[in-house]
Amino acid sequence: MTVTLEPPTPARPPASVAAVRVPNRTTGGELRAIKIVFYRELLRFLSDRIRIVTALVQPVLFLFVLGSGLGTLVNLGPGLSLRTFFYPGILGMSVLMTAMMAAASVVWDREYGFLREMLVAPVRRGSLVLGKCLGGAVIAGFEGLVVIAIAGLVQVPYSPTLMIEVFGIQLLLAFTICAFGMMMAARIQQMQSFMALNMLLIMPMYFLSGSMFPSRHLPTWLTVLNRIDPLTYAVDPLRRLVFDHLHVTAATRASLDAGVSWDGWHVPTLLEVGVVAVMGVFMLAVAIAAFSRSE
Amino acid sequence: MAGIPAVPGGAGREEGAGRLVAVATIADEEQRAVAVSARGLVKSYGDIQAVRGIDLDVFSGETFGFLGPNGAGKSTTISMLCTLLTPSAGSAQVAGFDVVRQRDDVRRHIGLVFQDQTLDGYLSAQMNLRLHGELYGVPASVLPERTERILKMVGLWDRRKSKVNTFSGGMRRRLEIGRGLLHSPRVLFLDEPTVGLDPQTRASIWSYIQELKATEDITMFMTTHYMDEAEYCDRIAIMDDGRIIALETPEALKASVGKDRIRITTDDDAKAIGLLGERFGLEANMSEGEVTFSVEEGEHFVPRLFSELPVAIRSVSVARPTLDDVFMAYTGRTIRDAEASASDINKQMMARMGRRPR
Repeated sequence: MTVTLEPPTPARPPASVAAVRVPNRTTGGELRAIKIVFYRELLRFLSDRIRIVTALVQPVLFLFVLGSGLGTLVNLGPGLSLRTFFYPGILGMSVLMTAMMAAASVVWDREYGFLREMLVAPVRRGSLVLGKCLGGAVIAGFEGLVVIAIAGLVQVPYSPTLMIEVFGIQLLLAFTICAFGMMMAARIQQMQSFMALNMLLIMPMYFLSGSMFPSRHLPTWLTVLNRIDPLTYAVDPLRRLVFDHLHVTAATRASLDAGVSWDGWHVPTLLEVGVVAVMGVFMLAVAIAAFSRSE
Repeated sequence: MAGIPAVPGGAGREEGAGRLVAVATIADEEQRAVAVSARGLVKSYGDIQAVRGIDLDVFSGETFGFLGPNGAGKSTTISMLCTLLTPSAGSAQVAGFDVVRQRDDVRRHIGLVFQDQTLDGYLSAQMNLRLHGELYGVPASVLPERTERILKMVGLWDRRKSKVNTFSGGMRRRLEIGRGLLHSPRVLFLDEPTVGLDPQTRASIWSYIQELKATEDITMFMTTHYMDEAEYCDRIAIMDDGRIIALETPEALKASVGKDRIRITTDDDAKAIGLLGERFGLEANMSEGEVTFSVEEGEHFVPRLFSELPVAIRSVSVARPTLDDVFMAYTGRTIRDAEASASDINKQMMARMGRRPR
């Protein structure tokens, strides 16, 4: 009976599992969070081999089936096939598809509950979103590399500078698209809804971007839509880079690779890249704000 | 593994055994650190109040249970304490931090085991723990060792490299509980930790929880709507309709309901009923072929019964009041009735939402 009179706590054996002191929030802690979320994205991607392949089906279909098929109808000039003309757009499209799928994974995470585990962690939501976007960008960049690797099949030379510059733009585009996807995913609860929205946005974005036609001399409504499409500002520099390495006449190049203009003013390449970067940062900020508000 | 059954039987039972402990607890209140406290906590959605003002103190090292039917407001309350929901009114502190103003500090000091699974099924058990450790800032130097200890504790060390998708429901739950402990939280919140599991798995989860209680200096705060599980707790708050209607040790709660029910079969039941009335002043009657009556401290009464009742007794059973009886005594209905009416309320709510707002 004396036992019951003792206060219940002290008779406890020493903790068998070493106690850990969790330190306060630090920049280091945030970096660690970004790193581990990034790492998880890569792990998930590498373990999902089907996704690696399926993400490439559509770009390849566009390039070879549509490119070869439509190529019989048009004559772009000596030494230039429609496939080659499509190629810069396909470099962008492969990234677009994969980056959107990477962003979509946050909707899966929400449906399967894992998002909750991340959201309740004592780290900034921004670190989680940034880690996810960087992870998605690298995954999409990897898919982009595959498309770079098939350059020879569409008569584009394997030049190291070309490949490096193209890859740089792909990475940047991938990041921006990921941020765009995350911005949408922040408000979407179900995968079906995201997929529907994805289909609704991806194809128009691709078609409007000037991937399949030069963005000069379009009807006004199409010009307006073309100029507000973020993909336009990635496809145009990609095309310029590719055409720099092709042997085509100046006239052909002038009609097919005319560049993007704002009200008659020719937008320089660096500014185009800047537009993609600024859009990416802006959409990332919107995504972070949206995730910070929820729960 | 051999040590597990000994723990709950030992320290755990003694703590809960007598009301003396409860008295000592209150006397020591000054010294004992409060791990969770709430004052006037309210959560309302429009004009519907899910939680209608809750006051409670949970002491450090205690296992505290929230018991009540579905829809009583348990999960809403626990979500507010875990900083997942912002209270509409009132205040709460967890591990010394305010749940609204010091949200991150609270999160760093609590472990959460949710009602729904929150593991990444495509990653290994080990990777799930690593992710958690990195997000919670567990120092990299201790993380591998800590992960190993946790995995061994929940009995999943051999399966550490398997994807969580290949685990059974019980294994996932164990992993989630282990994960909740990885960053050495001061308070572990468990929202319906055994819901949807088979009885055997439920029992094994409880033996883990009891073991934890013995080995880790941790406060556990859990919700359940299983009456039998509530008895593992040091103290229980019974919730109904957004309010705490009773807060006591399981023993004290049961004692407040009072008498044990004794059922006997004898050679001459009619005579036994008569004698029970004459000699002991007990009102006995026949129920399901047995002589049934109620008495305080039934196990002490049985020896007297044998020595003083001049009728041969063939069998005896003593039934202590269960928490089901307690819930019944406080609310006038069983948990099942309460859940049925809660779903009625939900239907009414849906119907009202369908109409135009007033």
